[in-house]
Amino acid sequence: MSIAQALLEALESLNGNKMRSSLTVLGIVIGVAAVIAMLAVGNGAQESITGSISSIGTNLLFVFRGGPDQARGPGGRTQGGSGNNDRPLTLADAEAIADPFAAPSVAAVAPIIQGSNTITFGGENTTTSISGVTETFQAVRNMEVEEGEFINQEHELGRMSVVVLGPETADKLFGHHDGIVGETVRIEGQPFRVIGVLVAKGGGSMGSEDDAAYVPFTTAQARLLKRNARDQVDVIFAQATSAESVTQASDEISNILRQRHRTPVGEDDFTVFTQADFLETFETITGVLTIFLGGIAGISLLVGGIGIMNIMLVSVTERTREIGLRKALGARKRDILLQFLTESSLLSMIGGIIGIMFGWLIAFIVGKVATATGNNFTPIVGADAIILSTSFSAIIGLFFGIYPASRAASLEPVEALRYE
Amino acid sequence: MDWVIEARSLVKTYKMGEIEVNALRGVSFTIERGEVISIMGPSGSGKSTMMNTLGCLDRPTSGEYILDGESVGDMDDDQLASVRNRKVGFVFQSFNLLSRLTAVGNVELPLRYAGMTEGRRARAQAALEAVGLKDRMNHRPYELSGGQQQRVAVARSLVNNPAIIMADEPTGNLDSKVGREIMNLLLNLNKDRGTTLIIVTHDPKIAEQTQRVIRLRDGEIDPDYEITGIIKR
Repeated sequence: MSIAQALLEALESLNGNKMRSSLTVLGIVIGVAAVIAMLAVGNGAQESITGSISSIGTNLLFVFRGGPDQARGPGGRTQGGSGNNDRPLTLADAEAIADPFAAPSVAAVAPIIQGSNTITFGGENTTTSISGVTETFQAVRNMEVEEGEFINQEHELGRMSVVVLGPETADKLFGHHDGIVGETVRIEGQPFRVIGVLVAKGGGSMGSEDDAAYVPFTTAQARLLKRNARDQVDVIFAQATSAESVTQASDEISNILRQRHRTPVGEDDFTVFTQADFLETFETITGVLTIFLGGIAGISLLVGGIGIMNIMLVSVTERTREIGLRKALGARKRDILLQFLTESSLLSMIGGIIGIMFGWLIAFIVGKVATATGNNFTPIVGADAIILSTSFSAIIGLFFGIYPASRAASLEPVEALRYE
Repeated sequence: MDWVIEARSLVKTYKMGEIEVNALRGVSFTIERGEVISIMGPSGSGKSTMMNTLGCLDRPTSGEYILDGESVGDMDDDQLASVRNRKVGFVFQSFNLLSRLTAVGNVELPLRYAGMTEGRRARAQAALEAVGLKDRMNHRPYELSGGQQQRVAVARSLVNNPAIIMADEPTGNLDSKVGREIMNLLLNLNKDRGTTLIIVTHDPKIAEQTQRVIRLRDGEIDPDYEITGIIKR
């Protein structure tokens, strides 16, 4: 018998038991749909995080205190009191890095100190990250002001009590983020005049960039975020002159800091992170996430496969007489084997195809829901997911079909014909 | 002589747990091409075993069985399948049609397993015409009467032009009138085509219509009855 004939016969046979076939297919449909949807969501998350990292600003470098083995996340909140012997980063370090002769690949430098504080306005209060920043911060981090102005040198020199709010923080305090310039909010009880509101950047996956408040560096240093060492900074942001010079800028910064901190190579008490490092880290994390989700989905696919095996076994028992008859009429072992394998593969293939469409639909709906709730997140159904789940479901159909099929094929015709 | 079947001291032993059952204890006989033979015997006489062995569904434990010039005893499963496909046509008591397939689809089955790719439908249609079911070709078994179903089964048994047709109680599930029709159909096919016909039955009326009766008792041929059978013709 040819494959085409076997396929046709398998279709006839599956069609003869529609309810059972469709229920069996359902197992695979759910499995494949889960794989597709999970991978789509995972890929989407990865893309979204990658996107938000890119939106932080190109050519960006981050300098943290502590050697590479103890580097913290970009928030740097745990930096100050880590209690180790590493020398903290200071304003002087930042100024040294900003020296165009020592570090020609560095275009701009923005040291910050960062902490978390409660801001109140009237009866509303919210806890958010407060950063003490310099004028250069705006350029380095691509901050755009929607209303008012950003912190400038004048504010810094005067240690003025002014604050620039992220749009989300403004919303939390005022219920809106327009027309609030000139209002006074309180941070730790101290009054700060709002001088600007930032443009919304959208959902950053590394903590919303929109929920933040920025005050002049000097003000923060003196009044809000006190640090042990004089002129201590938490993070130094540096901008390379171009995307190509990021690595070079990283080397230059490392050299300057090694000289200043008198540390030998390999025993750095600071860490220079580039955008690429971040992307790599997050891609690793989301990769693990995707594999994890895909693994769970894969298990449901496996369960679907066991369902196929179950049904095929029932089907073999039920059709013992038919198998006996076919053998009496001259069917060889491999004819019977082919017949049942075709049926099980067909089941899983149909399930795979429906599952792909279904999974696509789920991913689409997840994307719609995410967009509707204000998250900038689009699941991505990749060709790899489709190929993976299709081939996996076909393999499952074959694998779980082999045992029932070989049982059918090895039936003795005499016994099979006698079966009632 | 032109023997279509030569059986020499066929022995078939089954193991049922610890006990060995001798279903056939050294049966020898020959059947001429074109003969109509009935195999009779009470239940437990080895009748079914005989039919399974002659139909190549099973191998004898010892002895020699030559069907249409091919020695069946030492063939493997696939070779046996091929012999069944080419040389044996089966008609069962319970018809054994596949309900999913139409009449012509059922008749086509042996041709499929013969590896025939073209002209199957025409051959199957011709076989159905020969059994008088020209206008029922595309009906499914449940749309046919018992007699019609058995006609489809007969058409299926002869579509591959086999050397022998093995009919196991072919009229057992039919009323006597329809049973007679099926018997006549089988006998006429034998007359027209010269196909050897072996009917397993316990109905003496059926046996009467055959040229010779092989009567089994306790796994052996009952010598008295065989003699009377031959004398009768």
